[in-house]
Amino acid sequence: MSKLKTLRPDLQYIADWIPPQSRVLDLGCGDGELLAWLAVQKEVSGYGVEIDVNGVVGCVANGVNVIQSDMESGLSTFEDHSFDYVVLSLTIQAMHNIEGILQEMVRVGKTGIVTFPNFGFWENRWQILMGRMPVSETIPFEWYNTPNIHFCTVNDFAKLLNKSGLKIDHQLVLNQGEKVEFLPNLLGSLALVRFNKV
Amino acid sequence: MQLPRSIGLVSAQKAVFDEPITLSSGTILPYYELVYETYGKLNADASNAILVCHALSGNHHAAGRYSVDDKNPGWWDTMIGPGKPIDTDKFFVIGLNNLGGCHGSTGPSSINPATGQPYGSAFPLVLVRDWVETQKRLADRLGITQFAAVIGGSLGGMQALRWSITHPERIRHCLVIASAPKLTAQNIAFNDVARQAILTDPDFHGGDYYQHNTLPRRGLRLARMLGHITYLSDDGMGEKFGRLLRSGEYKYGFEVEFEIESYLRYQGDKFAEVFDANTYLLMTKALDYFDPARHYNNDLVAALSEAKAQFLVVSFTTDWRFSPARSKEIVKALLAAKRQVSYAEIESEHGHDAFLMEDPPYHAIMRNYMQRIAKEIAQ
Repeated sequence: MSKLKTLRPDLQYIADWIPPQSRVLDLGCGDGELLAWLAVQKEVSGYGVEIDVNGVVGCVANGVNVIQSDMESGLSTFEDHSFDYVVLSLTIQAMHNIEGILQEMVRVGKTGIVTFPNFGFWENRWQILMGRMPVSETIPFEWYNTPNIHFCTVNDFAKLLNKSGLKIDHQLVLNQGEKVEFLPNLLGSLALVRFNKV
Repeated sequence: MQLPRSIGLVSAQKAVFDEPITLSSGTILPYYELVYETYGKLNADASNAILVCHALSGNHHAAGRYSVDDKNPGWWDTMIGPGKPIDTDKFFVIGLNNLGGCHGSTGPSSINPATGQPYGSAFPLVLVRDWVETQKRLADRLGITQFAAVIGGSLGGMQALRWSITHPERIRHCLVIASAPKLTAQNIAFNDVARQAILTDPDFHGGDYYQHNTLPRRGLRLARMLGHITYLSDDGMGEKFGRLLRSGEYKYGFEVEFEIESYLRYQGDKFAEVFDANTYLLMTKALDYFDPARHYNNDLVAALSEAKAQFLVVSFTTDWRFSPARSKEIVKALLAAKRQVSYAEIESEHGHDAFLMEDPPYHAIMRNYMQRIAKEIAQ
């Protein structure tokens, strides 16, 4: 089970937020790393949603239940309130209909967890100031080949949740896998936000 | 890991059942035979058995060859064998010819012991449920109390689904490939055109053509040609045949000109010689009638709530006869019924027939899923 030690740092923080025996939906789950870990460590049951067939192949190998689907077209396969937690990790910035997916997350689950690269991170701001589009650890693409179409800052995301009738339950900002307590919107490269319906 | 290889030479066996069976139609068959093949070894606690259910025109010969120079292996030879996704080094795989078939199991072309003549029109309609019942009896005979998995594509997938509902205790995993919870009106329409081709053939003789020493070849051929078109995708057919002409120029007549015409006629002719028309009628009706939700107030969720198995549902993007949307209905109902399911939608240009083809991601999913089952039964 060496796989269990290699959980990506942001996934480890998400995993810490999820109590044992929860029901979890992981959107854009890749090869099911998070769910496989949660199943073994916390007896969590759940589903992954993944569009890429290689991810699906990996999930099946990891014993993770997976539904191959494009979540842009919604989560209509899933009934209301079928999960305790719905996770969307490092994907939201590449989606078209962000408001739609946030609503879908709190329709099928009680609590949503989103992680995204913080565009307000000082390194990004500095690169913009120097007259170029940021390329960094959490935004590793050039402007012409990036799948990311909707960048936001920690503050922007909080505003959108508020506008969507959702409230932040807990928020964490990281830089290189470490928590950032001071000036998070400036010093954090990666944000984790847990939210519910108001 | 050893390289996948063919199971090699195989032969069919026959199971004889004297215990009468009451079919869904109410008809009682006092006696019937089932022809089947097995690959691999049944383990000591009989926990590694896999049932592979065949589709419309399939039979028990799913893998291997009958002789060294046999050019045509079983219909799912790419999937079943040592080191293959359904690994016969680990599993004991059973393929059988369904009741009503024409490859050895009792069917319309078999001799009716009561008359000494082929059953013909007297052979009753058989439903998917009836097949599952006969398959269960075969499992009992072989000492298998629970299948590690029941697997099927198309009409075979319907049998697997039915297994999970009717005998939930007897199946651990249910693999439903390129299938649907019930046919659409369009699907039934295609089936009826195929049936009408057979029923209106002057050589059909009300289903008793055996006594007339003839076969409704024209009808069966048309039925197969139509079926074949619906099993392929427009793109796949276009890529393979396009508008290619056999002679290179138009001849302004009704003889074979386009390659696709030649291909379909060849396939139709071949099929009409080896398949029984009554069996074709019976199998298409079984497809039309299949609707497990019917006895649950048309609620598929309620029907699948009976199931205890874990499911793998697979569909193919260009399959328009059993489209991914139909597989998603099954997935959605399983999720609502709180059953465990994984779903894969495989990119393919081969239409409905894709489930018989060797496609790397498709086979990788099947392989990984089957390995998971193997691990489970080893525990």
